[in-house]
Amino acid sequence: MTRAPRFLGINWLALYVTLYVVFLYLPVLLLPLFSFNDSAVPNFPLSGFTWKWYEGLLTTPAMLDAARNSAMVGVAAAVTSTLLGICAARAMTRYRFRGQKPMSALIMAPLVLPEIIIAVALLLVMLRLGLQLSLLTVVLGHVLICVPYSVTVLIAGFEGFDRSLEEASTDLGETAFGTFRRVTLPMVAPAIVSSLLVSFTISLDEFILAFFLTGTDATLPVYIWGQLRFAARLPGVLALGTIMLVLSFVLLTIAEIYRRRAARRANVDGGLLA
Amino acid sequence: MPDRPMIEIASVTRTYGKFNALDDASLSIRPGEFFSLLGPSGCGKTTLLRMIGGFDTPTSGTITIDGQPMLGIPANRRPTNMVFQSYAIFPHLDVEQNVAYGLKRLRLDPAEERRRIDEALAQVSLAGFGKRRATELSGGQRQRVALARALVMRPKVLLLDEPLSALDKKLREQMQVELRTLQKAVGITFVLVTHDQYEALAMSDRIAVMFGGRIAQVAAPKDIYQRPVNRQVADFLGGMNFIQAALVGENGTAIEVETMGFGRVTTPKPAQWSGKGGAVTIGIRPERLRVLWDQETARHELSGTVVDRHYFGEITHLVVAIPGMDAPLSVTETNDFGADDIPVGAQIRIAYEPDALVAMAD
Repeated sequence: MTRAPRFLGINWLALYVTLYVVFLYLPVLLLPLFSFNDSAVPNFPLSGFTWKWYEGLLTTPAMLDAARNSAMVGVAAAVTSTLLGICAARAMTRYRFRGQKPMSALIMAPLVLPEIIIAVALLLVMLRLGLQLSLLTVVLGHVLICVPYSVTVLIAGFEGFDRSLEEASTDLGETAFGTFRRVTLPMVAPAIVSSLLVSFTISLDEFILAFFLTGTDATLPVYIWGQLRFAARLPGVLALGTIMLVLSFVLLTIAEIYRRRAARRANVDGGLLA
Repeated sequence: MPDRPMIEIASVTRTYGKFNALDDASLSIRPGEFFSLLGPSGCGKTTLLRMIGGFDTPTSGTITIDGQPMLGIPANRRPTNMVFQSYAIFPHLDVEQNVAYGLKRLRLDPAEERRRIDEALAQVSLAGFGKRRATELSGGQRQRVALARALVMRPKVLLLDEPLSALDKKLREQMQVELRTLQKAVGITFVLVTHDQYEALAMSDRIAVMFGGRIAQVAAPKDIYQRPVNRQVADFLGGMNFIQAALVGENGTAIEVETMGFGRVTTPKPAQWSGKGGAVTIGIRPERLRVLWDQETARHELSGTVVDRHYFGEITHLVVAIPGMDAPLSVTETNDFGADDIPVGAQIRIAYEPDALVAMAD
């Protein structure tokens, strides 16, 4: 290891990293801190530890409805975007075809388009089509922004999936279906699980599209937005925010573990590690 | 029929669009033979191997294995198993599960399955490795797993697609010996694809040399090396001095030619002999030329000047200009008597045996 360069006796890189991390995460960490604070106003000094804001959530029917809506939207969006992602990733890793690069760029584009623009555009189109705004329209919107993530995760899992693995299975007497069940599916399963978790998490946390495209049913972020108007409800929002933060963190960690497992499997049979 | 071939390739052609990957190839491989398909990349050797295994279909021509035509029979119902170039070890299974993969479909009695797995692992010296995962194996070990996984199926033919190309030199040479020993032990017909001429020479009973989708020569290693049918085969199998010669006479099996430097020589008629008179190419391998020391004499000798030398540890390549010859000769000499001390510019004498000279088609 080389030592970090110093100037005026100070390790500037370390200082920069510290400031950066503090700026990035301190505000987020205040959320759980105040959610356990026994005071309706988020302010220092802290006045005591309590679970009451969390208990209060369980007795708020509107919150429970929002949680159920979010779960349904999340599952639907995750499954749909993963299915679409499997098709796209398979096509892009297995075949070489005309327009492959532009196609892949188009799939990835929602990542960089301003979400509010997508939201407004989708709203206009859906109203034009005469679609009733509902959780279904939210799902459609979420699929749009989840697919790029799904495709990215799945391509990593499929890439390097050695075609000869399927041939080896056939060579050993297995049928096409048996090969899919015994080789293809177990090989790509980690990537699929990872894609499901990532897209579920994105859908769970997404606000703008949900806000524009939902009818009367609120998802959790939309519910939180509604609650912010009432100062007295702020501790409850902090508690809910903390739960979502932890849940997202846990889901993405699991997704990353699976993604790495998928990448490891794909790499090992290239014969290059020999 | 005891002499029925194990594999009969009859006029097999494979075209991809306008490209002829394989052009009217015919070949007969005997039961229990270690047979190699040797050639540069793109010569059609892998295409032919994959067609035997059922992963590709001939555009025309037929493939017969053990008397049974293979037309329309898919890879999973052929009496062949393959060792893939990348080994294709299933990374989500351990060694034992990999070896058992094909057996599972046979629904054997568990004790019998166990016995066959252990036997296969022992054959490739992997006893005790059953519970290892593919990620924990070295390249050589993964290759052994691929071998065991194929052999456990007791195929009539084992197909090997460049199985040693990913291994380093030392391990490769060790595996050549092991593969050869294993093949003799199990008695299964092996068909090996390789671009490495030393590998083919070291392991095979017979070799088919292929160029541009055509089979140029089929013969035992020594015959292929010593009696190549044409310049291309001669060149691919190792160093060769090519000498222009003029035909002076011929009978049924031999031709007599007048060469530069080597004088008048009689050699067996090449297999692809056009029968027309005129220019003929004569070849002699560099190691068939020997440096003569001090008072040593030989019945047939040449003398010339060393114009270049290349040192290779156990041998030295000398490039020797011979008066009256238009191109210098390459001479390979082992360094046991100090060939590595011969300087450029030295006058030396070279001995040869006339029967080492071989006539070939261009």
